[in-house]
Amino acid sequence: MAPSSQPAAVAIRDLHKRFGPLEVLKGVSLSAAEGEVISILGASGSGKSTMLRCINMLEVPDEGEVIIGGETIALARDRKGRMCPADRAQVDRIRSKVAMVFQSFNLWSHMTVIENVVEAPVHVQKRPKAEAVAEAEALLAKVGIADKRDHYPSHLSGGQQQRAAIARALAMHPQVMLFDEPTSALDPELVGEVLRVMRALAEEGRTMLVVTHEMGFARDVSSRVVFLHQGVVEEEGPPAQVFGAAKSERFRQFISSGR
Amino acid sequence: MDLAFMAETFVKLLEGVPLTLKLAFSSVALGAVFAMLLALMRMSGVGPLDWCARAYVFVFRGTPLLVQVFLIYYGLGQFRPTLQELGVWWFFREPYWCALTALTLNTAAYASEIIRGGLQAVPHGQVEAARACGMSRATLFRRIVFPIAVRQALPGYGNEVVLMVKATSLASIITMMEVTGIAHKLISQTFRAVEIFICAGAIYLILNFLVTRAIMALEWWLSPHLRGAPEPRARLEPAHV
Amino acid sequence: MSYFELMGFGPKGWGWPMLMAAGMTVAVASCGFLAGSVIGSLIAWAKLSRSIVARVFGDGYTTVLRGIPDLLVIYLFYFGGSALLSGIGQLFGGSGGFIGVPAFAVGALAIGVISAAYQAEVFRGAYTALARGELEAARSVGMHTMLMFRRIVAPQVLRYAIPGLGNVWQLALKESALISVTGLVELLRQSQIGSGSTYKPFYFYLTAALLYLVITTVSTWGFQRAEDYSMRGLRRA
Ligand SMILES: Nc1ncnc2c1ncn2[C@@H]1O[C@H](COP(=O)(O)OP(=O)(O)OP(=O)(O)O)[C@@H](O)[C@H]1O
Ligand SMILES: [Mg+2]
Repeated sequence: MAPSSQPAAVAIRDLHKRFGPLEVLKGVSLSAAEGEVISILGASGSGKSTMLRCINMLEVPDEGEVIIGGETIALARDRKGRMCPADRAQVDRIRSKVAMVFQSFNLWSHMTVIENVVEAPVHVQKRPKAEAVAEAEALLAKVGIADKRDHYPSHLSGGQQQRAAIARALAMHPQVMLFDEPTSALDPELVGEVLRVMRALAEEGRTMLVVTHEMGFARDVSSRVVFLHQGVVEEEGPPAQVFGAAKSERFRQFISSGR
Repeated sequence: MDLAFMAETFVKLLEGVPLTLKLAFSSVALGAVFAMLLALMRMSGVGPLDWCARAYVFVFRGTPLLVQVFLIYYGLGQFRPTLQELGVWWFFREPYWCALTALTLNTAAYASEIIRGGLQAVPHGQVEAARACGMSRATLFRRIVFPIAVRQALPGYGNEVVLMVKATSLASIITMMEVTGIAHKLISQTFRAVEIFICAGAIYLILNFLVTRAIMALEWWLSPHLRGAPEPRARLEPAHV
Repeated sequence: MSYFELMGFGPKGWGWPMLMAAGMTVAVASCGFLAGSVIGSLIAWAKLSRSIVARVFGDGYTTVLRGIPDLLVIYLFYFGGSALLSGIGQLFGGSGGFIGVPAFAVGALAIGVISAAYQAEVFRGAYTALARGELEAARSVGMHTMLMFRRIVAPQVLRYAIPGLGNVWQLALKESALISVTGLVELLRQSQIGSGSTYKPFYFYLTAALLYLVITTVSTWGFQRAEDYSMRGLRRA
């Protein structure tokens, strides 16, 4: 990626995160320029989810910085000496610009699909309801579930639920989208429909950070691949380079092990 | 069995129904607000608040409701001069207000545990998804946590309402003429305990049947997501969300 | 007179009467609870029975007794019992006057009949939780029905039922306060008596509340111990 004068869409610097005695992230740095699609690979327990969750402060890092669109999230220590966001309002504001798609969809079970999609635009971003509904309908059409508009999540297949969750994320007009293993909970035959949607988003030029085990997606769609191992970035580069000639022995083992 | 007598008794007992319902619904409604507060205290993570709520629930669930009623109605009489000075004696002098207070405080203790169970059963992922959207704590509670918790807590709460309808009968011991009060009066006048018991029992069974049905209807109405998928239909009306 | 003097064990203190009354509360609640266990297992048996009549009866029993106020049931037994006894008295040439029934018996019976409805649900639930396989295993080693019930079903059902029985016991304990309306001198009635003669109702009802709390707390602890003991050998998930 050519360096630009624009600030990175997302940057994390020297992130550390501990859970009790376990140090999960041991100084991770990463930045994604506008329009980049970064695939994050790594074995189970290597800290991929934790890193992603630090970006929108679902986990608060112990050390390091998270910078979204040039704005650093202010952190402070609480009375017990743990890190916490210094300004809740800032975190809420930034979160509404960073959308997240979860492995387990996490659609709100008491709302229909359309209600799920318009919830945040209306109640967080305070946009007019009519406008939000019209846009939500367009988004549902885009992810191919327009006909499921009035269904409840429990009435949808996993793939449909995940596409609804993607529509919900898109409705926020996010500057960055985070995906945490969006296809891992799906039956194999449903993976394709979700990946197709994600591929379309990448082609639109959205900034995406994707934790995935789908090597095909990492190789063909992403502009950069990051391999995390035991809380550090072990390998990083364009897919052609890392899949062709990885410097890291571990990464070569990781991809040859078929994951 | 003397049907004419039973019909007459039934009509007399019906006169107590409004008071029974008034006590039950006022205490359940007031108790729900208080219970919500207690549940939030329990879950606040603030030591002293949590501890107070725990102690409250322990005391009110660990003692008989009738003792609570007596403590308020007769017990506070011991401090009558003080209460008069404070200008609250008119309240504690009335059996109605005392019964209502005891019922409310009592149901709050039980209901707070039901509500807490509902709040704890809200799937964590759905809360996280809301936080990831940038919802403020208040919005998160109002739009996601509360509606889901209410749905989870409703069956348990239905039980509690039935228990409260039954519990209103204790008001009769402090002279309130609700259904059981009237039944007691009739029994001591006529000594026909069996017939009067059958009539009064039938009234309570009907009331509780109706309460149960109402809660079930509410549950059904609140949980379309647990019913079958909607019929595919032509969309004619404008979007309403 | 201060609270502690009043509730003390001195010559003018009400400590002993209150403690005795607490004993009476435990006694009437226990007898009621045990009666409830007997009736409750019969009702549970009816509810699980293959006969429709028995099932309807069992379900009807639990629905009715859980749907009407306990106080009404107590009135039925107290006044109904007296009417019955007076009637019998007349039959045998008595004066035709009112014959009171023994308050303890009425109280225990009323608690028994009410708590039976709740215990039946607990037993039924526990029986349903019993793994089918265990019954089949017992049959396969040639146990006949009675032996199987005694050796396998009863102990297992009891084990699963302990937490539920703990709750029903607490209900019985609190219900016993209602027995005070029959004049039985249990904790609440004793407090009424004390309040009447000292004009210190708050102190008496407060003491009663504290004693109830002690009893419920000790029972909670006891049932927890029983549960832990019965669950030995069962690994918790
Ligand atoms: N909230 C938490 N409390 C304690 N430990 C945690 C917590 N979250 C994660 N961990 C631990 O941190 C480590 C890294 O977890 P993380 O979820 O980031 O791994 P991952 O790379 O996403 O793995 P996977 O591919 O299985 O999702 C794991 O050992 C996990 O057990
Ligand atoms: Mg993960």
